[in-house]
Amino acid sequence: MKKMKINKTTKNNLITYGMVLAVYLLVELFIAGGKVSSLMQGLLVPLCVYVILAVSLNLVVGILGELSLGHAGFMCVGAFSSAFFSKCMNGVMPDGLRFFCALLIGAAVAALFGFIIGIPVLRLKGDYLAIVTLAFGEIIKNLINVFFIGRDADGFHFSMKDSISLKLQEGGEIIMNGPQGINGTPHDSTFTIGIILVLLTLFIVLNLVHSRDGRAIMSIRDNRIAAESVGINITKYKLMAFIISAALAGTAGVLYAHNLATLTALPKNFGYNQSIMILVFVVLGGIGNIRGSVIAAVVLTLLPELLRGLNDYRMLIYAIVLIVMMLLNWSPKALELRERYSPKRLLAKRKEAKEAK
Amino acid sequence: MSFVSYLINGISLGSVYAIIALGYTMVYGIAKMLNFAHGDIIMVGGYIALTAMNAWGVNPILAVVLAVIFCTILGVVIERVAYRPLRKAASPLAVLITAIGVSYLLQNVALLIFGADTKSFTSVVSVPSLVLAGGSLIISGETIVTIVACMVIMICLTLFINKTKAGQAMLAVSEDKGAAQLMGINVNGTIALTFAIGSALAAIAAVLLCSAYPSLTPYTGAMPGIKAFVAAVFGGIGSVPGALIGGLLLGVIEILGKAYISSQMADAIVFAVLIIVLLVKPTGLLGKQIQEKV
Repeated sequence: MKKMKINKTTKNNLITYGMVLAVYLLVELFIAGGKVSSLMQGLLVPLCVYVILAVSLNLVVGILGELSLGHAGFMCVGAFSSAFFSKCMNGVMPDGLRFFCALLIGAAVAALFGFIIGIPVLRLKGDYLAIVTLAFGEIIKNLINVFFIGRDADGFHFSMKDSISLKLQEGGEIIMNGPQGINGTPHDSTFTIGIILVLLTLFIVLNLVHSRDGRAIMSIRDNRIAAESVGINITKYKLMAFIISAALAGTAGVLYAHNLATLTALPKNFGYNQSIMILVFVVLGGIGNIRGSVIAAVVLTLLPELLRGLNDYRMLIYAIVLIVMMLLNWSPKALELRERYSPKRLLAKRKEAKEAK
Repeated sequence: MSFVSYLINGISLGSVYAIIALGYTMVYGIAKMLNFAHGDIIMVGGYIALTAMNAWGVNPILAVVLAVIFCTILGVVIERVAYRPLRKAASPLAVLITAIGVSYLLQNVALLIFGADTKSFTSVVSVPSLVLAGGSLIISGETIVTIVACMVIMICLTLFINKTKAGQAMLAVSEDKGAAQLMGINVNGTIALTFAIGSALAAIAAVLLCSAYPSLTPYTGAMPGIKAFVAAVFGGIGSVPGALIGGLLLGVIEILGKAYISSQMADAIVFAVLIIVLLVKPTGLLGKQIQEKV
């Protein structure tokens, strides 16, 4: 029999998938045993949403090496387009098929926005790109708050002023109500679907990273000019990473939208704060490290909830933990100290001393 | 006449943005970092001035001075504790995330001390309103003081940077840290000085902003902070005159957009103009184009 040889990358990827599956099974077991509070159960789908967002942003920040502060914008587009679709199609299509279509639509619309924004924006570099993506996210959030869409026997009505100027006939319904958002989206998201989407995201991103295209993208990050001189099409690969990332964020948005009864675009959920929050997951998990993003997203989403007992102090502690973790992980001095007192080194030293005797 | 009054309001708001943007742009120019906590220093300055006036009964001018002193110290301490250890970090993102952490920290400390409810701010300005054109154009005292303050700060800062030794040191450090150090410039001290000036300006902006829009919450600083950041990028980040132009343009666009197009979409308009400007001039209006070398 031929011996199966698993290379290092495959092994690493399998560990990541296995980790997600193990967590899933554990959580399901605990739920079946009635050990999970309803508060924690309510957190499960958002947890999946954040993991997908963190992994997809890592594709842009870690693999492509560009700073994007508008990731919540893509999530917002995905959420609203899919919620709009679901609300229109509610009762027309079977539930499972409808949600599947909603996922595709959310991802496709977000990808389209990624494309439209990516073409001009990717000309910019560094902090300028960061500010434009931030601006884009804010524009999306702002525009969604002035959109009014209704439907009656005549078809769709559209307004940017208020719901009265839609001039709906009797029996018409308002689908999107400006700042009040979309009401009554069907509750389709479950933890299982969330985990499937997380695994799918990981599969897409991990395979991309280790493919020829992924290596091309990383070469742009490491040295753009050198990459260009060996014939790598910079625009194509930059756009590729950007669009895939946007589409995945859109999927996360679909999951988010179908977990809530009312979907509104507030600074809290789709503003730049959210984009920054996702960036924090990516940086703390390790830039370019996909598994790290998953772990950081889970830990940092749970941390404020675990600290809930401390009431007013929880966000304060969160902030301090964030600063201290950054200092310990990135400061050259702290790294030097860690190197000096790492258990591995101390053990090696002890061994050396023993041998010398 | 309403157009003129909108325009003046816009210039006044723009002046505040310009003062905040100066802090951003100087810190960026010298430390190459986006100081996300800058907006929250504005909020701290507002609370200090408010507490000084209401709780301790200090006179308004002294309250402003207290706010400036406190924010200056705060800015230097933040730089020393949170940013300096990360200056040589492998990724520039590290210090950005730390700045976000500092921003959360300041917001939550303010939340604990002052509570989440909106405090109304009493104006520190005692200049009477100016009535022009037979009463159809009224310019408030706050507006006049804001615009004058912005101009004075701009002139002083330009003189400071170009005429004093410390200012020249700042230029040198922003040009090339290593070379500046070899020339005997105290790089750490210069960066600390930049943070001190930026934070002092934030405190002044805080008082002016809160006098014009008299409500204060722990999150007051966030949006003006982001807008000022946009203004700094607009004018070309790292450039002092750029911050003035960017700030003024942003303020005027925002107020005119609010008045003539849609009040809900004013922010979207501001950001859309920013995107268009950056697409035409990728380094902002007055930014330097840097040649890339292999």
